Amino acid sequence: MQQTVFSPQLLENVRKKRVSNTLFNLLFLGASSISFITIMVIVGSLIYESTFFFSHVSLVEFFTGTEWTVLFVEKKFGVLPLLTATALTSAIALLVAVPAGLATAIYLSEYARPSLRRPVKSIIELLAGIPTVVYGYFALYFITPNLLKQLIPGISIHNALAVGLMIGVLIIPIVASLSEDAIYAVPEDFKQAAYALGARKIDVVFRVIVPAALSGILASIILAFTRAMGETMIAAIAGGFRVIFSTDPREAMQTMTSFIAQVATGDAPHGTVEYQSIFAVGLLLFIITLAFNLVAIQVVKRWQIRY
Amino acid sequence: MADTLLESSQRFTRRDRLKETLDTLAPVFLSIGVFIGVATVASLLLTVVTSGAHRLTPTLLTDYPHPNPVQAGMRSAILGTIWTVGLSALICIPLGIASALYLTEWSENRFVKRFLEVNIANLAGVPSIVFGLVGLSLLTYGLGWGRSIIAGAFTLAVMTLPLVTVAAAEAVKTIPEALKHGAYALGATKLQVTRYIILPKALPMMMTGAILAVSRAIGEAAPILVISGLLFIRQDPTSIFDRFTVMPLQIYNWVSRPQVAFQELSSAAILVLLLILLTMNAAAIALRYRYQRRLVL
Repeated sequence: MQQTVFSPQLLENVRKKRVSNTLFNLLFLGASSISFITIMVIVGSLIYESTFFFSHVSLVEFFTGTEWTVLFVEKKFGVLPLLTATALTSAIALLVAVPAGLATAIYLSEYARPSLRRPVKSIIELLAGIPTVVYGYFALYFITPNLLKQLIPGISIHNALAVGLMIGVLIIPIVASLSEDAIYAVPEDFKQAAYALGARKIDVVFRVIVPAALSGILASIILAFTRAMGETMIAAIAGGFRVIFSTDPREAMQTMTSFIAQVATGDAPHGTVEYQSIFAVGLLLFIITLAFNLVAIQVVKRWQIRY
Repeated sequence: MADTLLESSQRFTRRDRLKETLDTLAPVFLSIGVFIGVATVASLLLTVVTSGAHRLTPTLLTDYPHPNPVQAGMRSAILGTIWTVGLSALICIPLGIASALYLTEWSENRFVKRFLEVNIANLAGVPSIVFGLVGLSLLTYGLGWGRSIIAGAFTLAVMTLPLVTVAAAEAVKTIPEALKHGAYALGATKLQVTRYIILPKALPMMMTGAILAVSRAIGEAAPILVISGLLFIRQDPTSIFDRFTVMPLQIYNWVSRPQVAFQELSSAAILVLLLILLTMNAAAIALRYRYQRRLVL
């Protein structure tokens, strides 16, 4: 039997190709591992900076104290007022975004005429593209004076309600587009079967399609909630910088993010307790949002029915 | 006369009638939900235009900020945005595309791929202000870059990286398998398939995603606020280590002042910002449509 002999030229070419392929493989792997490195760097640097803060503030005081007076002479470090303000504004935001976003998703996927679908969808997507400073401006100069002042006369100029409502509008596109994707993933057969049994459209939509798309809808709501908690500029502009431990949405109150923004605005010198405190608050915010994100991923993974 | 079967079937119970009403009203209720979003966009634009249109002068673009609102402009903010976001785009677009290529074509290990995808999803969920904090700690003080353009650019780049990556990966996924298989069957290497099949076909759609990501970075104020602070800058940037401000920050500065003149000034600045973003979005959409027409195999 004759052995095949490859020319040295050919072998050299093959070797070169192998080398360049391996090189590019490493290059692309490097690029995509940046996301992992970044998460590690975020965790590392937040924890590192927070250790300075927690070396003179106990965790018990941080999590149970009801006064946050870091920027005053007599400093108290209870994060609860900031945390409740964030929870309150985010909850108000969900009250707006869940009905509006779901209605938008259902309307666009099941009811809207095809000619209407595209323009409406673009307008809703536009909501996500408007910078958040613009929403803050709108909350402060339109929502509060023109809407809320008329309905609730005692409301203060900076208030949690306007912040919550505005963040709610900002996150409508998140709920709407992710829910719409989930609705589109429901097989056409389900609908046809329900119609064949004589179901009305409303029953098909709310008792067949929405339940079948529930995991995606839930995930979209969780993601929208984490986005609401992390929103900074709306809270900083329209929510005011007053730290109070209250759940009254008519009051001005400072959220976790707007505290960070306030300290950053004041250019806090490196190494002071003010500077360190924003990392402690940032770490708390990061942990909460990361936890919710992981839950959202799990919800999709565990409850998604693959059709 | 006795009821026919048809007539008795048409006799609704109360519950049925309620359902019938709800069935007809459902689209009305649903469109109220849609209306919230549409009405907000409309009244927002209306407010900004009525309050700021008369202040939209050429000097707004060419003057530096000034304590007197009549003489103030946003020149340093516009230049700061161009430098910072431009630099961040140079960093994040190539990285995002490379990362997307790995996730879609190059990676051969399912678990590594899945792990990286979860990481990208998590990164996309991190609040933008947290990126600012990390930039401040690591770049400004850790690496000694100071509160500079390059520190801001790197922070924005990392923040927009997940957006670019996801969009680029979507672009790669639209390429028909047959094209790639054809190339592989002719003996092409992965690198050749990437270079001659995937990139030329997917690049327009990748750029669409990149433009949208960059326009997100243009509107982002929170991380830049943390890194740069609220500054009063009356000179053009000359190096990437200069201190800087960006358009959304300048707007934040003006919005938080009580005088009406500053409110009008901020409205005009918002108009400029929105016009820029709208132009970029239109460009992205135009690119997408042009590409979609060409995708016929």
